[in-house]
Amino acid sequence: MKIGITAKGDNLDSEVDPRFGRCKYFIIVDPDTLEFEAIENFSIEASGGAGVQSGQLVATKEVEVILTGNIGPNAFQILQSAGIKTITGASGKVREAIEKYKKGGFKPVEGSNVNSKFGVLEEKNRR
Amino acid sequence: MMISIASGKGGTGKTTVAVNLALSIPERGVQFLDCDVEEPNASIFLKPRIEETVSVSIPVPRIDQEKCDFCGECAKICAYHALAVLPKKVLVFPHLCHGCGGCSLLCPQGAITEQDREIGRVEIGHSNGIEFIQGKLNVGEAMPTPLIRVIKEKARRRGRWTNPASVTVIDAPPGTSCSVIEAIKGSDFCILVTEPTPFGLNDLILAVEVLKKLQVSFGVVINRSSMGDYRVDSYCQENHIPILLRIPFDREIATLYSQGIPIVQEKKEYIEDFRQMMDYIQELLPT
Repeated sequence: MKIGITAKGDNLDSEVDPRFGRCKYFIIVDPDTLEFEAIENFSIEASGGAGVQSGQLVATKEVEVILTGNIGPNAFQILQSAGIKTITGASGKVREAIEKYKKGGFKPVEGSNVNSKFGVLEEKNRR
Repeated sequence: MMISIASGKGGTGKTTVAVNLALSIPERGVQFLDCDVEEPNASIFLKPRIEETVSVSIPVPRIDQEKCDFCGECAKICAYHALAVLPKKVLVFPHLCHGCGGCSLLCPQGAITEQDREIGRVEIGHSNGIEFIQGKLNVGEAMPTPLIRVIKEKARRRGRWTNPASVTVIDAPPGTSCSVIEAIKGSDFCILVTEPTPFGLNDLILAVEVLKKLQVSFGVVINRSSMGDYRVDSYCQENHIPILLRIPFDREIATLYSQGIPIVQEKKEYIEDFRQMMDYIQELLPT
């Protein structure tokens, strides 16, 4: 079984990216073996529809769960339709988020927790 | 002829300039287009009688899930990511769709039909001899451009626009994005309204860049000219941009504005100022 985690870097010691649609990388990992693949997310540059594109991308990766900070309505709808569970509120290092997930420290959410364009505003605020 | 009023920065006085210019040159035969469709407000001052309302839609895809084989071509061509193709399902996000029709054209299975979705309305009427057209984008819609296109199409069909003697005044949206370009496109002249503040100058410079790209002649109106600093003046001087008019920072003007009364209705001396501005613009145009 594989899970997907939004990350600011391309390895397990990177920070979890709080944004789904506009995260820097998706880390697709087997939580038991910690074997992983890092996928650069080009949707970060999209003016709109980043969540849709990112959602499609992870849907092709056969993950069962997505761990991220926040998720918008479009992305959530895609993950839900693809049968992928969504977990929000993940933070810290990717490795730590996996540990917490394995211990059952997260619960899948029933809907999006932020509005469209959250990731754009988040990026602007950081500047 | 077609004169658009734009600004870069919001709240500098585009509508004030547009409305008062339109009211100052009645003998020209004026057409007024409020293209600031996200918040049209010229009607507050012109109080037009609306005679016709037209619904404006864009075509959005509808997927026949029976015919679809989930090949993903539609999502691949969609530049706005309005379609998501999952292994056993296609999702459509109508609010992201720009209505280009590419997906239905390219679908190898013929599984996509188009369905109209209303994004707003165009209202046509008259106000004291002025032909008035405005667009109202539905709340929550993200795309003003198709609506602005319809306003201009309606205006063109009514004929005044092609008559060199008459004047089509376009109140453009603020900013420098697609909607502004759609509103300004085809203008003989563009009036950039700014204020003598750092923000006013910053956004004026952006707007000037846009107009240079569009190759539209332009000049500047400095509103609230008695406040702020001289940097807008210096910028215009250095770049040989004509200053068409200065409107002072005047309590009376602000009061009239707050009551929805055009300046020239109560302060007749301004009629001459706007008429002179019109003459100046006429001189600046290539003959």
